[in-house]
Amino acid sequence: METRNITSPIGPYGPGSGDPQARKQLLAGVTLVNRYTIQEVIGIGGMGSVYRARDMHFPNVVKLVAVKEMIIMAPDPLVRQNIVQNFEREANLLATLHHPAIPRIYDYFSHDDRSYLVLEFIQGRDLEAVINDADGFLMEDQVISWGIQLCDVLEYLHGHQPDPIIFRDMKPSNVMINQNGDVVLVDFGIAKTFQTGIKGTMIGTEGYSPPEQYRGDATQLADVYALGATLHHALTRRDPRLEPPFTFAERPIRRINSNISIELETVVHTALQYTPTERFQGAAAMKDALMNVARKTGVLAKMASAALPTPISAGVKPIWDFKCEDEIRGTPTLNQGALYIGCYDNNLYALNAADGKFQWKYPTDGGIVSRPLVYENNIFFCSEDQRLHVVGARTGKLLWTYYTENRIYSSPRISDGHIFFGSDDNDLHAVNVNSGRPVWKFTTDSPIHSTPLIANELIYFGTESGSFYSLDFRGAMKWRFQAKRAMTSSPTGKGQAVYTASLDGTLYALDAKSGWAIWKFRLGKGTVSSPAIADEFIFIGAADGFVYCVDIRTAKEVWRFKTENQVSSSPAVYKDSLYIGSVDGNMYCLEYRTGRLRWKFETGSAITGSPVIFDDIVYFGSTDHHVYALFA
Amino acid sequence: MADFFKKLFGSKEDTKPREADAVTTAPLTDQQIQSIISSQAPRYEIRQLVASVGQSVGKQRDHNEDSLLAMTSTLSGNSESVPFGLYVVADGMGGHQFGEVASNAAVRIVGGSIINKFHSYQYNLPSQAIQESLQEVMESAIMDAHQYIQREAPGSGTTITAALVLGQQITIGHVGDSRAYAIYPDGRTEALTRDHSLVKRLEELGHLSKDEVENFPHRNVLIRALGQGETLEADIFTIPFPQPGYLMICSDGLWGVVNEKDIVRIMNESPSLHRACQSMVEAANAAGGPDNITVILAQIVG
Repeated sequence: METRNITSPIGPYGPGSGDPQARKQLLAGVTLVNRYTIQEVIGIGGMGSVYRARDMHFPNVVKLVAVKEMIIMAPDPLVRQNIVQNFEREANLLATLHHPAIPRIYDYFSHDDRSYLVLEFIQGRDLEAVINDADGFLMEDQVISWGIQLCDVLEYLHGHQPDPIIFRDMKPSNVMINQNGDVVLVDFGIAKTFQTGIKGTMIGTEGYSPPEQYRGDATQLADVYALGATLHHALTRRDPRLEPPFTFAERPIRRINSNISIELETVVHTALQYTPTERFQGAAAMKDALMNVARKTGVLAKMASAALPTPISAGVKPIWDFKCEDEIRGTPTLNQGALYIGCYDNNLYALNAADGKFQWKYPTDGGIVSRPLVYENNIFFCSEDQRLHVVGARTGKLLWTYYTENRIYSSPRISDGHIFFGSDDNDLHAVNVNSGRPVWKFTTDSPIHSTPLIANELIYFGTESGSFYSLDFRGAMKWRFQAKRAMTSSPTGKGQAVYTASLDGTLYALDAKSGWAIWKFRLGKGTVSSPAIADEFIFIGAADGFVYCVDIRTAKEVWRFKTENQVSSSPAVYKDSLYIGSVDGNMYCLEYRTGRLRWKFETGSAITGSPVIFDDIVYFGSTDHHVYALFA
Repeated sequence: MADFFKKLFGSKEDTKPREADAVTTAPLTDQQIQSIISSQAPRYEIRQLVASVGQSVGKQRDHNEDSLLAMTSTLSGNSESVPFGLYVVADGMGGHQFGEVASNAAVRIVGGSIINKFHSYQYNLPSQAIQESLQEVMESAIMDAHQYIQREAPGSGTTITAALVLGQQITIGHVGDSRAYAIYPDGRTEALTRDHSLVKRLEELGHLSKDEVENFPHRNVLIRALGQGETLEADIFTIPFPQPGYLMICSDGLWGVVNEKDIVRIMNESPSLHRACQSMVEAANAAGGPDNITVILAQIVG
């Protein structure tokens, strides 16, 4: 045993690499024991496939059967013996049962390394597929009716003589719904006659099994619990295998599906009691309870009323607004009571943040999307006129400009006496903050729209060809990462990782030092939005109209919020809220932990820039030409 | 070669004292500004990953169902080398037959799957970058092992706690009740993983008090294990390597027997990782050694 494990190669992560023939599925047309002609594969289990086959002993009619295959791969004789015993147990058990919700067994036989069980073929779909394929929630009456039928078959199994049979694996995928809409219980692989005092081993499907089953106690009350779990899944469409065990109480049915009656919720809740003695004390008692619900709620299903809570939108009034001559596509900057914002009327505006009064404007020769930066009482910003402009913060008087060879959409960053920004001339420029002279340029193969991130003593930025670079302060490349499409999104950093997104529809987490992808999160569509981080969450908008919240450690989605058009704006977090604009013209305020809408504010046109929040006031511009200030 | 030494010892130009004799008065030329700036730019030390392991059957079992893998290396990047390490502990399920088959297969398949993807970075010049993220690499390795165990050793199961260290990041894949810890020099310990055990789940639900947890009769019952159940969800996450500090991965033969205070004390008293591993195994055996003991310690120095 030991030797085999040490010396024999374990097939590289492929199934049964030693003998590829051994795992092959039977092909259509193959006839087993001169009787069952395989038609197609209808299911795949852990041990082999399930086929639909035609029984050729009835040549004049088409009699279909299900042939369940078990391939014995294990080379160890003890394991093989165990498997064959399980298989024969299932066959013998099934052969003694007669119930409309249990498939009839016709035959079983073994052939080379495979054993076969021939069963009644159930025309239909399993409940898991029914749940998944439904457009909305299943009807309460329908679920009650299936629940009653399942109680009935459990009652039959539990009343089996001489020993009760515990099904032990009640879950939607083991419940077939046949052509008449009735249930049939399938897969008796681990159904087990109950022998008092003998502990079973730990088997069961996580999510549906009750707490005591993990201890090895499988009783009738375990089946009651698993049926409760199955009904809970059917009513809420929340798969318990994706939730921590025993958390049904944290997901009350009516909070997810408000159309369900309180009576049905109570029945399911009782079946799911943590302590076995507090559940229905048998399938019969649960059946009675379900029958009572069916009587009370009547036969007619209540019409589904999709009652979505309407958000507060009328109540939000701006503190002030200020009108420019053209669209505002960028993001403002706030400094010492003044708000600075660029506009497509080619001006940079300075407004009084308290009342929105005009202070000064500075004209350039191109539209300004670049976000201004304040550094030592000067404003640094770029324009489509190909220049970096530096003007006095109080006066708006020009100090100096710096020319690149194409339009600039990137926003400047300052660190260690350098200004860094990208340009459509394909270069990342490093300019001396005092002298305005170039220190170095780093040439890439395409325009740079993203704003560089300075962190870990490195400079990070993406390009329109989808490259993402990390440079040191001398302009030497440390590493490069390649996305499939443009990286317009500006990176953000936390700890030893940088986060950025691409028009290829992926949010990337990259190792800050080496550029390895730590994780990738798929968005519905591409994005130009830049991610923001708060606590363990990372937020980003995308062209599919959603705002996403993703766990930064596990890359799992926490929530998503749908707006009515694409989200190019970048999220901003302030206190416990997230603020983000959408091309649908609204500024949204969401609870950042849950994604619940707090309020939204409608402007006359798309919002592509990002908000800035200070002192409980949100500042942002809209392509309706206005700058707004709202209470956060 | 010259480049290599330059990198290793830092650039000579930068360390040379600037010539004080050739005093120039302001204003500085652009070139001078540049050279000042570049002399202030950060220097990149080569950081090194080191690791050690310890293992014992314990005092009360006659065979070992724990398996471990520890490999430490570096990957050469474009401009610098980054630490690379893969550390895996698997604890075959005691109540099941062939626990050692499962843990052994888990370690080899997870190790093989991951190393196979990084192989060309270590020993060849790769023509193509890895398309998968580190978390995807980890997840597919664990799923491969899960399916293999289900197929080849049905009925058995194993825990797995695997840490892939690349640069300053640890990507952890975890199922079951083996544990990964961050241990800091100031004596703090932080459990990085959450046990998928019945007792932990009951504790989280508030059904067990602290005392009941200690004396719970089914402490070794897992609610998730590799090889068990058709849908397996591994916990996969990435965190920065504790610096300064240590990464520790161990089976319940250590953490269930030696408390965190003693683990910290052993870390503080040990002159090396190697000694620390041995002392932890000794401490677990001294406390009765009821189960197989496996421990891996890793540290980034420099």
